[in-house]
Amino acid sequence: MTTGKLRFHAKAGQIAKRRHAVQQALGRLAAHLVLVIGSLVFIMPLVFMLSTSLKAMRQIAKFPPQWIPNPVIWGNYSDVFLYAPMHKYLRNTLIITVTWVFGAAVTSSLAAYAFARLRAPGKNALFMILLSTMMLPGVVRLIPSYILFAKLDWVGTFKPLMIPALTGSAFYIFLLRQFYMTIPMDLEDAALIDGCGRFRTWVSIIVPLAKPALATVTIFAFMGGWNDYMGPLIYLNNKRQYTMSLGLQVFSRQVGAEWGLLMAASTMMVSPIILLFFFAQKNFVQGITMTGMKG
Amino acid sequence: MVPDARRLPVARKHWFATTRGKEALSFYLFILPWVLGFIIFTVGPIIASLALSFTQYDMILPPKFLGLDNYVEMLNDPLFYQSMYNTVYIVVLAVPIGLMVSFTIALLLNIKVGGMAAYRTAYYIPSVVPTVASAALWLYLLQPQWGLINGLIGAVGIKGPGWLASEVWSKPSIILMMVWGSGGTMILYLAALQDIPEILYEAAEIDGANWGGKFLHVTLPLVTPTIFFTLVMGVIGSFQVFSAIFVLTDGMGGPVNSTLVYLIYLYRNAFAFFRMGFASAMAWILFIIILVLTVIQFSTASLWVYYEIDDRGRQ
Repeated sequence: MTTGKLRFHAKAGQIAKRRHAVQQALGRLAAHLVLVIGSLVFIMPLVFMLSTSLKAMRQIAKFPPQWIPNPVIWGNYSDVFLYAPMHKYLRNTLIITVTWVFGAAVTSSLAAYAFARLRAPGKNALFMILLSTMMLPGVVRLIPSYILFAKLDWVGTFKPLMIPALTGSAFYIFLLRQFYMTIPMDLEDAALIDGCGRFRTWVSIIVPLAKPALATVTIFAFMGGWNDYMGPLIYLNNKRQYTMSLGLQVFSRQVGAEWGLLMAASTMMVSPIILLFFFAQKNFVQGITMTGMKG
Repeated sequence: MVPDARRLPVARKHWFATTRGKEALSFYLFILPWVLGFIIFTVGPIIASLALSFTQYDMILPPKFLGLDNYVEMLNDPLFYQSMYNTVYIVVLAVPIGLMVSFTIALLLNIKVGGMAAYRTAYYIPSVVPTVASAALWLYLLQPQWGLINGLIGAVGIKGPGWLASEVWSKPSIILMMVWGSGGTMILYLAALQDIPEILYEAAEIDGANWGGKFLHVTLPLVTPTIFFTLVMGVIGSFQVFSAIFVLTDGMGGPVNSTLVYLIYLYRNAFAFFRMGFASAMAWILFIIILVLTVIQFSTASLWVYYEIDDRGRQ
């Protein structure tokens, strides 16, 4: 090959490289553009909710909408309490939700430990049953459960919403079991040799090591309790017992088209969850990917 | 095995006193709460609901045996078909659309560009919004006269539809809201995409594959287990859609029953008309439909779901 040809090749290579770099930069720019527009579409409803909650009725009716209310009206938030005692709804929701969290972080966690580590006859069969209940449509047990709770005189109390949650859930047992399987046995063996019982081993060795997974199921259970609508709808019939979700729905029926009020009440229900998300983003993402049933 | 003289008397001890026995005892003890809950709140009610489905029961008079009457009545009930149609409509559209939207977003989020954490948060956040709050919000956004959506559509000169007030647009409105909240699925796809080893793409590039080739022969096959999982769970979930629609339509399933989904009709039979037997029969029919669909999906999985066998030979 002559030097001229070589030089030509080198130049062609440079041009190709540069073109490649330009293409990549353009590609990244296009990706950013699409992502920004998409993110705005997804986030816009929530921004609009917050913005509407801070407007008076005459500001709400304007189009194009004011994204930043001028002036900012805080009155909607206090006015919500005229119709709906949100603080009471919050208290009720938290009382119920505590049992959901206990069922996940304690009951399910212990069962998960048993499934991950202990040997016993019938374990595999029980595990298969556990897995299949995860796909069970909840509606098949709805009516007899209601009849059972009615016979026990529990309808109109928090018990139907709390007691079943305390017994743990197949979903959290499975999720935690998957996590426990990844914890090395060595530490546990040491504890067992030292004469620790299984329960103490779980408390003092497994629980500290499984904090991220336990945080994840705690968050999921908390959200489950916080969001539950059908349960309170069916079992609660006194306004003083309403939870946030049932309270918000009844409120929306009362206020009709007073959007400022409705959006203020919605913001009150949404913001704790969004705050929780920002504090524990990792746990959210981890929890979801763990449900993807890997392995 | 050589018999161990010291061990012989121990063997006669109760099994639960041996090491293995103690371990098994701990196992049963630890899972006891779940087993009790499972029997009382799952197995018992499922059997009871099957039994109830053959009766007439209003919770005041004792159940009256009807044989298959509830099922026969269901087959002649236009509202049963209407609710089934509405539900299937939503399942058939919401599941694939939700799947494609979240997969597309995950693909975009998987491109190595800056600010990814912020983008991911923006797409994910709607999925943590509680259902009732989300419904209240969309009720407002989809307001026909001065909701934000029709405002935006109107700004480009098109008259927006009546959304939740329209028989034709009520179901698409609900699907729109469901897709908005599908960020959880997006995270699943993103995780699957990030698990694909870079070396596979490099190998494909050496073989001369372009973007499309890499997507078809590397990305897509390796994501099929996630597609399968989201499909199965999506079908099970959307057949039972309830809360959002109940809130959006005040429990009526309107306008003109256009959003009367299966569970709302079941709820109405059970808790408005106290027809516990009929509602139980409805529950069982739904149970069987979901079961059959799940079994079908699992049995076709081997045809299109790609399971990578890792070096330990484990699937």
